[in-house]
Amino acid sequence: MNTTALLVLDVLLVFSLLSLAAAALATRDARRSVILFMAFGLVLAVAWARLLAPDVALAEAAIGAGLSGALLLAAVREQPRRALSGDTKPIHSRNDAGLKVTLQWTVTLFCVALAAILAWALTQAFDSASKDALAQAVSANLAASGVSNPVTAVLLNFRAYDTLLELAVLLTAVLGIFALGPARSGYRSAGPVFDGLTRWLVPVLILAAGYLLWVGAHAPGGAFQAGATLAAAGVVLRLAGQRTIGLPQGHTLHIVIAAGVAMFLVVGLSLLVLGRPFLGYPPALAGGLILLIECAAMLAIAATLVLAFLGGRPQPPSVNPAGAKPGALSISMLRSRSREFPSDTDSHNAESCRGFNEEKNRC
Amino acid sequence: MLTAHWLYGMAGCLIVALGLRTALLHAALLQRLIGINVMGAGVFLVLIAVAYRGPGLAPDPVPHALVLTGIVVAVSATALALALARRLAAERDHG
Repeated sequence: MNTTALLVLDVLLVFSLLSLAAAALATRDARRSVILFMAFGLVLAVAWARLLAPDVALAEAAIGAGLSGALLLAAVREQPRRALSGDTKPIHSRNDAGLKVTLQWTVTLFCVALAAILAWALTQAFDSASKDALAQAVSANLAASGVSNPVTAVLLNFRAYDTLLELAVLLTAVLGIFALGPARSGYRSAGPVFDGLTRWLVPVLILAAGYLLWVGAHAPGGAFQAGATLAAAGVVLRLAGQRTIGLPQGHTLHIVIAAGVAMFLVVGLSLLVLGRPFLGYPPALAGGLILLIECAAMLAIAATLVLAFLGGRPQPPSVNPAGAKPGALSISMLRSRSREFPSDTDSHNAESCRGFNEEKNRC
Repeated sequence: MLTAHWLYGMAGCLIVALGLRTALLHAALLQRLIGINVMGAGVFLVLIAVAYRGPGLAPDPVPHALVLTGIVVAVSATALALALARRLAAERDHG
């Protein structure tokens, strides 16, 4: 592609990004804000593909736009409109109008100043003579990393500590979500069209997750993208009215959630016992060990993201509708048409049990 | 000096400022959360712009890995914040 065409693409993408961000933040309607934010995430993914960051583009499309959007939409749907949309009076309405304007201008000026400082720092980074030092270190050691995709090499080998701690952050977040209350009640079972789509989509998503995990060693992909794709399968099943959505129950679920951190620690500590540094893989075994950790990480990430979408501790199996096997991804569960109400007393349940289609018509 | 660097990098700076302004000024929890997420996306855009080396050249993989980590941490933080908001709303309703 010649430079003029690229420049036109760049200008269009940047313009779309800025206007979508501004629109998402300016609108008073929470639902519209979330949908514009998802559109922003998708354009961002295109921009990153343009900037030769396909790994990040995949993750942004699946997680930043897809799953964040699903989480936010579920929250919009559940909570009463007054609590989330701009109907509420701003915090500073108690004060007089002059103070409010002053506050707004102060914050705006602060943000403009921050953007200016960031832009200045950015020009320094662009001009820096040593900016290629890390990239050169990565390419010099790539052969010994066990994988040929440099991003996977950085994530799972050179900076494996960061990824271990990132999985610990995920684990902490899911424990926090568990502690805050029970999961949302399920959606009403889907109609025949969505039901049919689900039956095709879920196996394709699971297959795509396996592919992304495997291909991450030498091409764009990896545990994060694969985990997000697997979680998307869970979200689709949830929207189709499933309750257990393929998640294991009880202790098995706890093991799956902790699997990423646990596998990292087992590998790291075993290497320590064998006289190597913590997470310092021997080059001959690096590829296998990375794949092992990535498999566990994918399952943990997928389970975490699905639990995040459920919004709380899953209900015990006894609440499941009769005949449904807990944890099984069976087609018969997709076919069940019963409208499901859990037995807990959360006052939002009546609100959130309204069917997805019904909801779409309402708005 | 690359044009793409500048375009995307400066757009990233602006998006950070836009998101931060909403996160600080907006009253509604959900829109504050979206503001924080937009702000994070701006930071990621700046990092990816820094990693870019021009057409046909391999970009720096280290910022890419940082952003990948950041995206996952951002979604888990958002999920925790939404769970907190949900609990807050439930506490308010029950008195």
